[in-house]
Amino acid sequence: MIDDIFEIGGLKLASRLFTGTGKYADDSVIPDVCQASGSQVVTVALRRVDMESDAGNVMDFIPKHMQLLPNTSGARTADEAVRIARLAKAMGCGDWIKIEVISDSKYLLPDGYETARATEILAKEGFVVLPYVNADLYVARSLVDAGAAAVMPLGAPIGSNRGLKTKEMIRILIDEIGIPVIVDAGIGNPSEACEAMEMGADACLVNTAIATSSDPVLMGRAFGRAVKAGREAYLAGAGARQMQAVASSPLTGFLSEG
Amino acid sequence: MEIVLNGKNLDIIEGITLLELLKSRDILPETVVVELNKEIVHSNVFSDTILNDGDHLEVLRFVGGG
Repeated sequence: MIDDIFEIGGLKLASRLFTGTGKYADDSVIPDVCQASGSQVVTVALRRVDMESDAGNVMDFIPKHMQLLPNTSGARTADEAVRIARLAKAMGCGDWIKIEVISDSKYLLPDGYETARATEILAKEGFVVLPYVNADLYVARSLVDAGAAAVMPLGAPIGSNRGLKTKEMIRILIDEIGIPVIVDAGIGNPSEACEAMEMGADACLVNTAIATSSDPVLMGRAFGRAVKAGREAYLAGAGARQMQAVASSPLTGFLSEG
Repeated sequence: MEIVLNGKNLDIIEGITLLELLKSRDILPETVVVELNKEIVHSNVFSDTILNDGDHLEVLRFVGGG
């Protein structure tokens, strides 16, 4: 097979699995998860330093070769997302940003209008903008116009591990949107990541399903393999579906003939 | 003299620089990003930035996230 490289934000990635760094019981497992999963892109969040605690720094556990994808979690408006993005860039770890603009605390669904506004401002400033969005064709088109590097539709609410509940809408985005589609949020099992990739998604972003597994390293490896398997199946192309049986063995030369 | 650091009031000594304040709190300057009165302060000027009464300071860093 020809090398299947995923190009985004000026990078050539061999892995189509992006991973998160939240919710680990112990951050020291992160380097092993990165290695086992093959992931080359990891998300992080930006928060106030807690002056009262001497908690460890997650950056100590993120291998240096990884591409950082800071998110704007905590932002409720485009302006707040822009502020967080500029601060994240000032950390000196590149100019990739995952836009998250959320004001709904129960389902953590993204605000498409504010997300598009933030995307437009940040793309003009030269950021590589990856917005987290509902699987909505019109929102996705507005993000393409705003200069997004990819769209990241949710499969199910963040952290819910419920799988590809928005599958048909994601399929439409894959069909209609000319920039990469990265399924983000809600994927609970490797089979669901595989399904997204079989359908033609360009990549998947997984955090909770790996981080809260009782063996994050093994689960990371399973996700890495599932994403690769799904991608290869997509490239190979599935055979036609039939309503009735079509024998796989020859229908001639039976013992009972003649 | 009083500033607001990450949303909390804090008494500081007059003339203290941003770098001195971070070090007094055991914060490694290279691990944080700082916003002073909503303007980003780049780390190469931490040692030249003298804090003033009423300043609003945000000191942030990367944490695990999805």
